Amino acid sequence: MIELNKDNFSAEVLQSEKPVFVDFWGEKCNVCQALMPGVHNLNEKYNDKIKFASLNIVGARRTAIAQKVLGLPTMVIYNGGEKVATITPDKISSLEDVENFIKDYYNTL
Amino acid sequence: MEHIYDTIIIGGGPAGLSAGLYASRSKMDTLIIERGEFGGQVATTYELDNYPGSIENCTGVSLSKRMKQQAEEFGTQFAFEEVTHVKLEGDIKEIKCTKNIYKAKTIIIATGAFPRLGGFKNELELRGKGVSYCATCDADFFEDLDIVVLGGGDSAISEAIYLAKFGETVTVVHRRGELRASKSLQEKAFNNPKIKFVWDTVVVEAKGTEILESLVVKNVKTGQVNDLKADGCFVFVGYLPISELFKGKITMTDRGDVITDEEMRTNIPGVYAVGDIREKLLRQVITAAADGAIAATHAEHYIENKLASL
Repeated sequence: MIELNKDNFSAEVLQSEKPVFVDFWGEKCNVCQALMPGVHNLNEKYNDKIKFASLNIVGARRTAIAQKVLGLPTMVIYNGGEKVATITPDKISSLEDVENFIKDYYNTL
Repeated sequence: MEHIYDTIIIGGGPAGLSAGLYASRSKMDTLIIERGEFGGQVATTYELDNYPGSIENCTGVSLSKRMKQQAEEFGTQFAFEEVTHVKLEGDIKEIKCTKNIYKAKTIIIATGAFPRLGGFKNELELRGKGVSYCATCDADFFEDLDIVVLGGGDSAISEAIYLAKFGETVTVVHRRGELRASKSLQEKAFNNPKIKFVWDTVVVEAKGTEILESLVVKNVKTGQVNDLKADGCFVFVGYLPISELFKGKITMTDRGDVITDEEMRTNIPGVYAVGDIREKLLRQVITAAADGAIAATHAEHYIENKLASL
């Protein structure tokens, strides 16, 4: 998985030719931490069509806010520089929720 | 032969984990089923200074991790699944989950509570976009920004104090003229120069295109309506029990709090309820943990008495 920061976000995500899944997380977000290993496994399953990346919002909160992300965990899929799917904290209670979110978009590719 | 546990605990917060510790320590065959992350609500609490012994560097996350580890060391088993249906009557109870069906002689319900919504316009639309129910998760976004905290109880005030470490300002909006929070929390909050109070006021609407920009607030005494600039709005206006699964099966209050006796027994023999889902006055980690210990001990007696009567 690609580790994003405020400097490479645009190049890796917005200018990517392949769709990009971004896991917005933070060290103090317990749910984010717990989901992380599972998200890495999803990377192996779906990275043929989707690039996987994560952004630690500490040190990059302005980048996150510019993407209209203000709650953790939030996961977004970008394609062609546009947000095509977003899942907000209230919809994420298990890894299954994340996988279904990715699968829904993956199946359209 | 199919596996029958001595006890199945639904929910892995402090109440469930304590029940798991006591049950497995007394050699009961114990399973905890958890749908999300272990730790329950306390895992989203940063500072925890009212659990005895939690003096240095004790966060909600570290405490719940240790509770889980302790239960595990005594043999508690864990399943990560969502419970979809329960059969509580009879000697063998059935818990149907998304993947498996589990059976047990006793059930300890520890599903807890979830934060109540503030009940204002656009609240759901702006969730995760400025409206939050978890200070530890989201505080980092609001460094040097304007934060509003909704509520006047212990959670609201302790989270306001925590958020003041991040925000430029923290404005507590409370529908009454005084706080319900403990005196020591009140004192800390009143002495914090970053924290301001807006009394007798409710939030009517959240405004913002894509992310929160301001809140429309209304003074309940004068009826006056104002705009309050807010980058973040943290809602702590109480909790509701997670008891939908048990409606019509277990005796509960109109609100959905499960009614138990002092031994945590519900109206169904062999079925116990512990922690925040119970009807009680003080909902804290310490009372949740105590409930778990009591229920596990009684579940053990219940099984012993059953065997003795056979």
